[in-house]
Amino acid sequence: MARKSTPFADEALVAGAPWIDALRGDALACYREQGLPTARSEAWKFTNLRRLERIAFAPSPAKGTPVAEIPDGIAALDGAYRAVFVNGRFDAAQSRLGDLPKGVEIGSLAAVDPDLLEPYLGRIADTQVHPLAALNTAYMADGLYMKLADNAVLDAPLHLISIASAGETAQRFHPRHLVVLGENATATLVESHVGAGETFSNTVLEADLGVSAMLNHYKLQNEAPDAFHIAFSQIRLADRASYDGFVLQTGARLARNEVRVQLGDRVECRLNGAYLGRGDQHIDNTTFIDHTAPNSTSREVYKGVLDDRARGVFQGKILVRKDAQKTNGHQLNKTLLLSRGTEMDSKPELEIYADDVKCGHGATTGELEEDALFYLRARGIAPAEARAMLVAAFLSDAVAEIQAEQPRAAFQAVVDQWLDATEASTR
Amino acid sequence: MPLLEINGLHATVDGKPILNGIDLVIEAGEVHAIMGPNGSGKSTLAYVLAGREGYEVTAGEIRYDGKDLLEMAADERARAGLFLAFQYPVEIPGVAGTTFLKAALNAIRGHRGESPLDAMQFLKFVREKAGALNITDDMLRRSLNVGFSGGEKKRNEALQMAVLEPKMAILDETDSGLDIDALKLVASGVNALRAPDRSLLVITHYQRLLDYIVPDYVHILADGRIVRSGDKLLAVELEEKGYGAFVGAKAA
Repeated sequence: MARKSTPFADEALVAGAPWIDALRGDALACYREQGLPTARSEAWKFTNLRRLERIAFAPSPAKGTPVAEIPDGIAALDGAYRAVFVNGRFDAAQSRLGDLPKGVEIGSLAAVDPDLLEPYLGRIADTQVHPLAALNTAYMADGLYMKLADNAVLDAPLHLISIASAGETAQRFHPRHLVVLGENATATLVESHVGAGETFSNTVLEADLGVSAMLNHYKLQNEAPDAFHIAFSQIRLADRASYDGFVLQTGARLARNEVRVQLGDRVECRLNGAYLGRGDQHIDNTTFIDHTAPNSTSREVYKGVLDDRARGVFQGKILVRKDAQKTNGHQLNKTLLLSRGTEMDSKPELEIYADDVKCGHGATTGELEEDALFYLRARGIAPAEARAMLVAAFLSDAVAEIQAEQPRAAFQAVVDQWLDATEASTR
Repeated sequence: MPLLEINGLHATVDGKPILNGIDLVIEAGEVHAIMGPNGSGKSTLAYVLAGREGYEVTAGEIRYDGKDLLEMAADERARAGLFLAFQYPVEIPGVAGTTFLKAALNAIRGHRGESPLDAMQFLKFVREKAGALNITDDMLRRSLNVGFSGGEKKRNEALQMAVLEPKMAILDETDSGLDIDALKLVASGVNALRAPDRSLLVITHYQRLLDYIVPDYVHILADGRIVRSGDKLLAVELEEKGYGAFVGAKAA
């Protein structure tokens, strides 16, 4: 058997509250036992992390974190609250969190009394299943803390801006975000992940939604060309909660965004996404929708476009447990390949133990249709513009899944920019 | 100088000979009809003229408006005023009819040295043309041809032709799948475009369409060759005698 590799585990654990120390210790042991995932593990069959290991990422220092201005490429959200993190640490100066509504707390996780975190932190995410999420638990230092009391309403979106920044030395860090919505609370959280340099951002987000709570949660991964972005989110949805999730990945050298959701009774869950890859990018979207209780609906549509030598991965599992009768699940993954050098691995997976359910899934991967291209050209439209129109058309209903208007427009603008660059490069 | 001149055109599809020596001259302002049975090469001729990939010209030449047509890409031909009304218009989900038509019109206007129309000018221009073809704003806004009936698709082709104002329009079995009302509507749209500087090549299986779009010349195509040419009365003769009487004449 090949030797296990456990890079990035050489830092001393930070001591704190006893329960956190225990959490960190267990997590580190878990990481050491499993090691960095390899292609031998089913969950990591299509995403190879060997390249990550070859780079000497230094832990991003607690003090003297490079001051980084907010780079281009974030979602354009005027009037949003703003929580800025540089290499995982809260940057109060660039954040805008004044005048929060009643019952809403937003700030730095590191600044919160550990007693208040104990019911949630490390209790929502099942980091045992993901060695790098376990590594995050061992070394987490800071991140977003967002808590809404019962019935609280966040009156404007919260924009979490995560800046990954490295100069001469490659940097690694483990942002840890916690979102707790009380009963009937409502919020919109938009994440923009951007940066510069050679960075390894290993993020975990835990979210807990109370009964009838509503969360719109949209993530833009637009990190720098040399960045590695590994993210693991777990979202727990209590009865009658609703969740509208969307992940747009277009940045980083290698990215994996893994989302796991657990659904209670009568939950509405929308877990959608889009991915746009070019050059030598590797973009992985892995999802797990766990129907634990009856009468819930999940919808999942992931669409992507790959150009040059880009590689895409979609692994989507839907589990319908024995008690989850009357589940309604829909999953679709569609990829458009613009170049012969691209590769897409799509693995939809349904596992159903209840007998009264409606579940469907589909996956297609293909090139632009010659018939359509000829039709446009036969009307005088030049090839580059015709291709761009068809690619835009393919993606037109992807971002449209986002229910909230302002984030939808902001994400569409990012898609449009990507399309413009694609059109320009084929001229 | 003729607008279109085809000399000794041979073409293959997947290595199979389909066109076996076509000669045809169309002067500006003329309406020619090409009639032929299934498999005679009618649609292949249309696609070769429009520049579709996969149709290989093995011999012969085509002059269009003084230029070597076969040297031009499909979109160049369209910008130079050549228009093919498709037998089977393509459905394109996600591309709105107006977006498509505006891109096409402005590409062609650019080629003519005219400035692009802005959204308002374009909409006004298209609405005028669309009204005559019973095309609603809703049809224009929807994804191109998606969910359209056969008749709606053909009306949409006629609209594109009216908007793009080609010099040379090729109508590939525009009558197929149309009921008589739709046929009259499309034909009157086409007739409205007849002009001294615009030529039409009407490809059809049946004489019926030629009752409404009356040609100056009729050619009968069989086995990839024009076996007989005449005036509009040839279409009537063909309707009476059937293709059999002409197809046998190919050796002549």
